[in-house]
Amino acid sequence: MSESKTYWLDRKQNVTKVYRAVWVACALLLVVDPLIHKHEAFGFAEWFGFYGFFGFVACVGLVLTAKALRRFLKRAEDYYER
Amino acid sequence: MSADFPTALILVLGALAVPLLHGRARAAYMLALPALAFAHLLAVPVGEYARVGFLDHTLVLMRVDRLSLAFGYIFTIAALLNVVYSLHVEDTVQQVSSLAYAGSALGAVFAGDLITLFIYWELTAVTSVVLVWARRTERARRAALRYLLVQLASGMLLLAGAVVYYRATGSIRFGMLGLGVPGGWLILLAFGIKCAFPLLHNWLQDAYPEATVTGTVWLSAFTTKLAVYALARGFPGTEMLIWIGALMTAFPIFYAVIENDLRRVLAYSLNNQLGFMVVGIGVGTELALNGTVAHAFSHILYKALLFMSMGAVLFRTGTVNGSQLGGLYKSMPWTAGFCIVGAASISAFPLFSGFVSKALILSAVAEEGHVVTWLVLLFASAGVFHHSGIKIPFFAFFAHDSGIRCAEAPRNMLVAMGLTAALCIGIGVYPGPLYGLLPHPVSFEPYTAAHVVTQLQLLLFSALAFAVLMRTGIYPPELRAINLDSDWLYRRLGTAIAGAAAEGINAMRLAVAEAVLRAGTPVARAVRDLHGNRGLLGRTWSTRDMALWMVALLAAYLLVYYVV
Repeated sequence: MSESKTYWLDRKQNVTKVYRAVWVACALLLVVDPLIHKHEAFGFAEWFGFYGFFGFVACVGLVLTAKALRRFLKRAEDYYER
Repeated sequence: MSADFPTALILVLGALAVPLLHGRARAAYMLALPALAFAHLLAVPVGEYARVGFLDHTLVLMRVDRLSLAFGYIFTIAALLNVVYSLHVEDTVQQVSSLAYAGSALGAVFAGDLITLFIYWELTAVTSVVLVWARRTERARRAALRYLLVQLASGMLLLAGAVVYYRATGSIRFGMLGLGVPGGWLILLAFGIKCAFPLLHNWLQDAYPEATVTGTVWLSAFTTKLAVYALARGFPGTEMLIWIGALMTAFPIFYAVIENDLRRVLAYSLNNQLGFMVVGIGVGTELALNGTVAHAFSHILYKALLFMSMGAVLFRTGTVNGSQLGGLYKSMPWTAGFCIVGAASISAFPLFSGFVSKALILSAVAEEGHVVTWLVLLFASAGVFHHSGIKIPFFAFFAHDSGIRCAEAPRNMLVAMGLTAALCIGIGVYPGPLYGLLPHPVSFEPYTAAHVVTQLQLLLFSALAFAVLMRTGIYPPELRAINLDSDWLYRRLGTAIAGAAAEGINAMRLAVAEAVLRAGTPVARAVRDLHGNRGLLGRTWSTRDMALWMVALLAAYLLVYYVV
């Protein structure tokens, strides 16, 4: 393996391709959503794309909350050694 | 070997002979021990064996039933994989303690009474702490001490609970306990500490990332899953465990998002996965308990795999800080691949082990109508994909190229990771054998179109959230920093209170001494004036003076007597 070898992911446009692929995959999952027969214990879980939207909102909420928590929790690496 | 020979002793006693062997013989011997233990478990029939008289009691060292067997199998499999992963280690202390540790956990699982459980419970503590201490840094030494104190406290509570239970019932049997029995709360608290319940949890995130490269992998398999087993044995259907477990799934993931040490991120997600199992125990139906056991089984494998991959990174690069890593897939492609298998398994991607085990718990929760708990678990499922599924592989192996170029992991590590990854995929693709091991009959089909599509929706939209937040720069960067957790209570607040108390007591002592001195000085001076060498009462008086005074005294006495 040479040091200067360029990998597929080293190219910016390929990273963008991956990013777009995630969007496409999500869109496809929404397209097939009405076709499957759901039998959930809770009615709301059968709403169109419930799991997808829940996952998206949950993760954005998680990250934003955690980011805000940093303000109170973050300390220097040697905090306990001082 | 008969069923009356406790399986645990194969590892515990076998470990003691490790120092006698060298080189390849030692490696072969260490591989043979867990393999032999596994074979022994395959051979033992269900029942109670190895009864030993102890004072007035009979200890049961081998209580073999479907619950203990399932944990026994996975503990011996994990021990075998861990030995393979640790083959490059040339530290006899670690080799002996890790095998003895796995053996003690096995002993606790097959313990049929509370005394045997207590003995093995403590033995897991003292054998496992060596794996933290063996890193031989000041930081690790201190973390090991904190870890040991917490573990021993758990053991003391277990012993206290067992004594209370015995005094009230006359039995030392370890079976279904519940909170209603005398001593039940003490025992639950003991289990809860080892299971890292919220606010009792921080020994885990504190100590595990400080252990050696291989030590953390060993630690991740046994201690907490032993606690899960003990809870499943003693407290199934204890409703309180539902919300404790739900809390456990949710709060560690916030920490996991902002934690920089990737092995500590994994420790937080380990805590989160334990939450799913605890919820299953709390629900307590057959489906839920099956879910807990199945999830513990697959969890031990994928968590070990993740810790193995991060261990390999630490071994080769000397760090597992997300802020210093990135682009390692170029140097360690196999490790990266295995890490992704572990990440997919913990995230419960279809065809990976988490998918077929976690679904049992979620279904059981939904069946019993616990809507809030179900939503929390769903949130935690999305969250675990976010921090374990994406963050771990992304920041270690991808993200921006850190410029670090190193060798691929040693061959024994790759073999261990390969085997573990194969098991993760095997369970995911073909869950039948795992379902066949569970305590209760299983009639659950994980691969329905609805389950696959909804799970993929949950995961891919979580991935989308990550991608969008990364592209927009909103995602918090990995920083060289630590985050306060409940260990702050005893590492800072506790020491501050103790320090303040010591200072206060000292100040009080000084104040009292000064007050005594100030009040005492005039008194002392008066005493000295009167009784000193030249004082009125201290002088040497001549006999003549004394006689004169005596006459005066007698005269005064006479006078008083006469007047009165």
